[in-house]
Amino acid sequence: MSLSQEQVKKIAHLARLNVREEDLDTYARTLSDILDFVEQMEGVDTEGVEPMAHPLELSQRLRADAPTEPDRRAHFQRIAPAVEDGLYLVPRVIE
Amino acid sequence: MHDKTLAELAAALGDGKVSSVELTEHFLRRIESLDNRLNSLITVTAEQALETARAADAARARGEAGPLTGVPIVHKDIFCTEGVRTSCASRMLDNFISPYDAGVVERFKAVGCPVLGKTNMDEFAMGSSNETSYYGPVNNPWDTQRVPGGSSGGSAAAVAARLAPGATGTDTGGSIRQPAALTGITGLKPTYGRVSRWGMIAFASSLDQGGPMARTAEDCGLMLNVMAGFDERDSTSLERPAEDFNARLNTTLKGLRIGLPREFFGEGMDPGVARVIDEAIDFYKKLGAEFVEVALPHSGLSVPVYYVVAPAECSSNLARFDGVRYGYRCEDPKDLMDLYMRSRGEGFGPEVQRRIMVGTYALSAGYFDAYYLKAQKIRRLIADDFRQAFEQVDVILAPTTPTTAFRLGEKTADPVTMYLSDVYTIAVNLAGLPAMSLPAGFSEGLPVGMQLIGNYFDEARLLGVAHQYQLGTEWHQMAPAGFE
Repeated sequence: MSLSQEQVKKIAHLARLNVREEDLDTYARTLSDILDFVEQMEGVDTEGVEPMAHPLELSQRLRADAPTEPDRRAHFQRIAPAVEDGLYLVPRVIE
Repeated sequence: MHDKTLAELAAALGDGKVSSVELTEHFLRRIESLDNRLNSLITVTAEQALETARAADAARARGEAGPLTGVPIVHKDIFCTEGVRTSCASRMLDNFISPYDAGVVERFKAVGCPVLGKTNMDEFAMGSSNETSYYGPVNNPWDTQRVPGGSSGGSAAAVAARLAPGATGTDTGGSIRQPAALTGITGLKPTYGRVSRWGMIAFASSLDQGGPMARTAEDCGLMLNVMAGFDERDSTSLERPAEDFNARLNTTLKGLRIGLPREFFGEGMDPGVARVIDEAIDFYKKLGAEFVEVALPHSGLSVPVYYVVAPAECSSNLARFDGVRYGYRCEDPKDLMDLYMRSRGEGFGPEVQRRIMVGTYALSAGYFDAYYLKAQKIRRLIADDFRQAFEQVDVILAPTTPTTAFRLGEKTADPVTMYLSDVYTIAVNLAGLPAMSLPAGFSEGLPVGMQLIGNYFDEARLLGVAHQYQLGTEWHQMAPAGFE
């Protein structure tokens, strides 16, 4: 498995990571090495094996559908990069 | 004072031989004078620690002290602490003052343990050497040219150097046990779900587990007694009755069946490590334990399986860092996409970006079955191997790491080589089992760790098996030169 710089760019975009041009080569090499390494999995017979998502196979706990969280918006927004009138500010999305 | 264990310090506090304020001041002075050689702490919280210490002394005077009230500790900087920077060793969270406490932090607060500071770590716990930290690497107190292991490298170095008697850590693929081994301390990764993940910044949610790091098994048990317990805010928290994890410290080992997995004693293990582990086996034989060879035929696949499962979960967990609600935001974003791309590209370091990309790829359309689903199937085979082994034996003994501490920079250029330093620890996380590392000797002046793996919920037995070893050996009492 060898990833091209173009593929790395595409993956980086999917992951919303701005990768600098000069780093593409290193990422292409190291990501390819990792994918080569994990390819060992291919040789294992997993016919009929149920995928294991959770070590203890517990079922998800449920709770009553009632509000449990107090309103802490102002507290949480104190650490936001940009807020105004209780809203998080981002660059204009709709012209 | 700093050479005493948590248990000894707790006893000294109980007998009125020392106050929590005195203890806290003593450890703060050590941090002040010695940590410039290690870089084990990202943030020192002296004022808060002293305030807690004063309250602890007052509580003790009123007769309201618990076993660890007033004993100072440090927290890995992955645990959210209200009003204190919680960086996860990332530029992304360099400005993050947590608005709430992690479940683990709440529990130590309730007991009244002064928190001396927040320890250095690999960025977002992704690393095996503490070299991916935004705040620079941590040096191993046994040889400052070498790594302390990772990702809980700061916690390990701080305890080994007697800057704190105990530390919290987290273990996703070995991040408590591997650094404990490389710095000559004792560390325990509990059964998955024992310790609340609430407020513990997520890396790979089905593997992450918090645990104690200290000098002895007894100390780890004391800390786990505080840390463990049901938390409804963590959807995978175990609902189990409270238990005293030190209840079996003095249980005899006569007739104990210890498994030796042949796959963990093969090529790749340093001869110095092999010699130390052989000596530990002899020690247990003298205590009356019986050794049985067990097979974990799929364990050789644990590192490749892990490097699909963990990055997949990390790519999903770290999607929350978007430059909008908290954490790093790039300068002058030209549009929303630019804000996301540059905030994340500039806020995350290279290893974190690499893992996010591996995970993104493994989960993307057309590759999901070949990578993620395949890995989760093999994960079950790995867990089933352990299940069968534990039908024959009570605990499993193995080395914690294939080598002693490596040099700073030795493995940073090649991620896969770095990943293989966790070859003996990762299978345990995939299966969700409890395991610990304890000091078992030295090879060329560097500590060697022995790993004990237990069946689900068997922490108390593990701690007992480790304690019996520590009653008859002195490896856990050795202090690195310059930090005695």
